Amino acid sequence: MTWQQQQQDGPSRVDGRAKVTGTAKYIAEFSFPRMAHGYLVQSTIAKGKIRDIDTAEAEKQPGVIKVLSHKNLSKLAIPAPAPDAVVRPFYALTSDEIRFNAQPIAVVVAETFEQARYAASLVKIAYDRAAHSTDLRGSLDKAFVSGREQPDRGNPEEAFAAAEFKIEAEYTIPIEHHNAMEPHATVASWEDGKLTVYDKTQGIQGTTGYLAAAFGIDRANVRVLSPFVGGAFGAALRPGPNLIIAAMAAREIERPVKVVYSRRQLATAHGYRPESIQIVKAAADKDGKLTSLTHQATHNTSAYENFSENLVGMARGLYACPNVRTVSKIARVDMQTPLWMRAPGMVSGAFALESALDELSYKLKIDPLELRLRNYAEADPETGRPFSSKELRECYRQAAERFGWSKRTPEPRSMRDGKYLIGWGMATGMWPAGQAAASARVTINADGTARVESGTTDIGPGTYTTMTIIASQVLGLPLEKITFVLGDSELPPSPAQGGSTTTSSVGTAVKEASELVLKELAELAGKDEGSPFREIDAANLITEDGSILVRGRPETKLSFTEILKKNNLGHIGLLHRSTPDTGERGKYVIASHGAQFLEVRVDEEIGNVRVTRVVQGTAAGKIINPKGAHSQEMGGVVWGIGMAMTEKTEVDHALGRIMNPNLAGYHVPVNADIGRIETIFVEEDDKIVNPLGAKGLGELGMVGVPAAIANAVFHATGKRIRDLPITPDKLL
Amino acid sequence: MRPFAFKRVSSPADAIKIVGENADARFIAGGTNLIDLMKEGVDLPDELVDISRLSLSLVRSLPDGGVSIGALAKNSDTANHPLVRRGFPMLSQAILAGASPQIRNMATNGGNLMQRTRCAYFYDVATPCNKREPGSGCSAKDGLNRYSAIFGWSDSCSAVHPSDMCVALAALDAVVNVRTVEGRERKIKFADFHRLPENAPEKDNTLAHGEMIISIDIPKNNFAPTSHYLKVRDRASYAFALVSVAAALELDKGTIKQARIALGGVAHKPWRCFEAEKMLVGKKADAETFQEAAKIALQDAKPLSDNGYKVKMAERAVAKALRRSARI
Ligand SMILES: Cc1cc2nc3c(=O)[nH]c(=O)nc-3n(C[C@H](O)[C@H](O)[C@H](O)COP(=O)(O)OP(=O)(O)OC[C@H]3O[C@@H](n4cnc5c(N)ncnc54)[C@H](O)[C@@H]3O)c2cc1C
Ligand code: SF4
Repeated sequence: MTWQQQQQDGPSRVDGRAKVTGTAKYIAEFSFPRMAHGYLVQSTIAKGKIRDIDTAEAEKQPGVIKVLSHKNLSKLAIPAPAPDAVVRPFYALTSDEIRFNAQPIAVVVAETFEQARYAASLVKIAYDRAAHSTDLRGSLDKAFVSGREQPDRGNPEEAFAAAEFKIEAEYTIPIEHHNAMEPHATVASWEDGKLTVYDKTQGIQGTTGYLAAAFGIDRANVRVLSPFVGGAFGAALRPGPNLIIAAMAAREIERPVKVVYSRRQLATAHGYRPESIQIVKAAADKDGKLTSLTHQATHNTSAYENFSENLVGMARGLYACPNVRTVSKIARVDMQTPLWMRAPGMVSGAFALESALDELSYKLKIDPLELRLRNYAEADPETGRPFSSKELRECYRQAAERFGWSKRTPEPRSMRDGKYLIGWGMATGMWPAGQAAASARVTINADGTARVESGTTDIGPGTYTTMTIIASQVLGLPLEKITFVLGDSELPPSPAQGGSTTTSSVGTAVKEASELVLKELAELAGKDEGSPFREIDAANLITEDGSILVRGRPETKLSFTEILKKNNLGHIGLLHRSTPDTGERGKYVIASHGAQFLEVRVDEEIGNVRVTRVVQGTAAGKIINPKGAHSQEMGGVVWGIGMAMTEKTEVDHALGRIMNPNLAGYHVPVNADIGRIETIFVEEDDKIVNPLGAKGLGELGMVGVPAAIANAVFHATGKRIRDLPITPDKLL
Repeated sequence: MRPFAFKRVSSPADAIKIVGENADARFIAGGTNLIDLMKEGVDLPDELVDISRLSLSLVRSLPDGGVSIGALAKNSDTANHPLVRRGFPMLSQAILAGASPQIRNMATNGGNLMQRTRCAYFYDVATPCNKREPGSGCSAKDGLNRYSAIFGWSDSCSAVHPSDMCVALAALDAVVNVRTVEGRERKIKFADFHRLPENAPEKDNTLAHGEMIISIDIPKNNFAPTSHYLKVRDRASYAFALVSVAAALELDKGTIKQARIALGGVAHKPWRCFEAEKMLVGKKADAETFQEAAKIALQDAKPLSDNGYKVKMAERAVAKALRRSARI
């Protein structure tokens, strides 16, 4: 297959075979010679102090090497926080303080995993308990503004009071956990003062810096590897306790150590989507023009850090409304610090905002799609700046048409299929399209292959594939001639994989580095007197099947191999760092947009809801990896269905403890929960966002889905569910 | 996991002897429940006796026209066996409504009867739970009890029996054939097999330690064309029942000759609704009658703080399952 054909059909994952045959190795599968296994002991109280750790019984067990805790571990190099400091980031096993339930407080290191696990169950901890509070509702009165204050736009209060059509409602979302397939794990080894770790991480650089600081060593003495990540969704954006514990334990026993979280333990291996309580007030005139919008969001943080995510961004940026107020608050509870989880902030906020718009549409008796079109923001309503591109209107149009939205009857409970109630709902999603500096090295070898390297990660979206496609497009090489390497701190540095920015950041670096290598090749080719490549403008160079030629002059074709051989070179390569054009980007607002139309079928008698079909329209610039993009948008819908219908982390507030930390108790959707999903991509020609013209879409795809489902459930049943998830009991 | 000895035996008698003599020994069949409990530290046996290869996996007809299913037949094989599908389709539906295909391929019928509750506190050794640790208290009572019982619970425990299969077996008046430690055969009526928590929630059933389930008999009935298993759950598959109903009718020209109703997810054992069944006999099989039966079935329900919804849900599910049984 030529690369042009591959482009058209959309290539499959370049790492697909490795993944399905098991040769792609995940962190817990790596080992070092002489490696020992660490198993965590976690606290069983939510707040207090460790009075005593009795390890006698555990240490008697066969195979046990040592039980390590704050009592016997060597200190880290990080400065202790001031005793009265409110914000004191958590470093596991460094103090006697308990800040959340199931906090790691010791690690049993043994020759085998089973020996360590059993001995861990014999460690006895005595506590001095303190009163805890894990209930957001109970902490609301102590909520505080989280540093996202923005002045009102216009006068929302006055406009709301004066409005004829208005709604005010509260929306609540429970804590949710990422529940990726791969457990968080670290394998750590020290050799001659050099630390090497395999770690489940989304950010190689951050992890390297974190370890260097924690152990007071030079970055050059830390190597972090993370070649494959079995799903992370944000959970591996911060170094987890496993990282520091494995490294500390390995240092202590002078042997490599592997620490793998069990499924139960994973509930506190990383943070979670915080619980949120939101109030939306929306008002419109009789034509459906929004006159006032207030979005107030409060979510929990921990007792020791100020984690805040932006739930109210869409209220400011999605609709042309002259009077807007947003308030973001956080409140402390005695749980672990939350963490970004796919579409953080945005999807929670969209559930409230897009439900509220739907509620308003019934008040106004205006079709929900029509209401959105009447308030369509042609330019950023906050700053008046233009969008770099925005094909949301076209997303609405194409997805609505594909779905058959025009056949919808507006009255709730008006559509049926036999005994079932049918509901059609829609909503909108938005995601800021960021770009960060990133670097890549591109090497063309004399055998006509290329190697592309960047220290990014691939948590599943298909980064291996997308980067290979980008290099292939520039170099004119088929995919199988290109090897893309990632997941190693010794590779050219790139930012963490988060915020749907990898294609735009790393992809730009790969594109530019590939172009620069080609230019050097052309210069090599142009060294000879009379060469057609002499002083040729780079814009006139084209590549084809491993050769370079001057546009319009097929006879000039020279293969990479010939050029390198002629110059006695085994390869030619360079390292390039790309940076976003902040000046140009700054003149615009840059965001991806999407629209979801979906159908639910409800058996009202027993509260059973099925999302039978979804049409997802996406405008995210240029689509580089069609199959990957389709799979991301499908995944977004599945995540939205989980958030709307099934997912909830259950906390017993008396115990201050998460009670469903397993896949039987925490309900991610299963195949049987998922109906038909269609994706439509409306391409945007965007020269501003980055040289690739690509915006992020990995998170966008779920943003509108929970609201669209709640809206469809209302249309089907006449019941407005404002508290997720929409389990059968809520519909009886 | 606590270190344990693993033994494979060649006869039920050998297995019973080993387990009978050691309070910390367990039979292991499919292992789908026991291994989880061991990993969580909820059950800490020091000896496992593997009975999975004993030849107790036959499904065969009984002289009276009923069926006998072996204790070690896999849940999936049982559900798909022609004798079961044809003669007792509700049992087949109930089994297939449970767990996942992979788990059903491993799980055995004996193990299904013996599976322990899914109460979240029972599975978390860091929390008080009378069933796991008698006398430690019941965390569900004032805690998370959305999944708890609405019938037959006591102050010491409100856990529910999680099985789907057992709900159908209860409705079908199955009999459990057991071999005792002394080597005797003993028959336990299904209604007497599982027990209510009372003051001893640590005891799920009336089987003595070391006793082995050999087979389960289901007497002949005429329910096959007019029975239904209905399960309501938080997701479409791979979730335990919020409530479930096994409903079976024997009809004579639209008149009910016999009726069976058993509920799952509402009590410490599969819950038979005898009064509702009695009321149905002789009545016309119509929606109104079924509605009334459903009301009777739930009239004595006592919900806790978070599970009030189960009363309404179960009432509607009973009416619906009866309608589906009667195909109206
Ligand atoms: C994630 C998950 C979801 C599930 N969902 C459902 C569901 O929705 N509905 C449902 O009904 N079930 C469900 N199950 C439970 C499943 O049906 C049981 O785990 C299974 O039936 C147990 O059978 P087993 O052979 O694996 O038992 P094992 O795990 O081998 O044994 C369980 C217990 O039974 C004892 N035992 C086994 N055989 C005998 C015997 N012949 N005589 C005496 N004692 C014996 C053992 O000693 C042990 O104590 C689920 C299980 C899991 C793990
Ligand atoms: S309901 Fe029963 S199983 Fe659950 S915590 Fe209480 S005693 Fe334990």
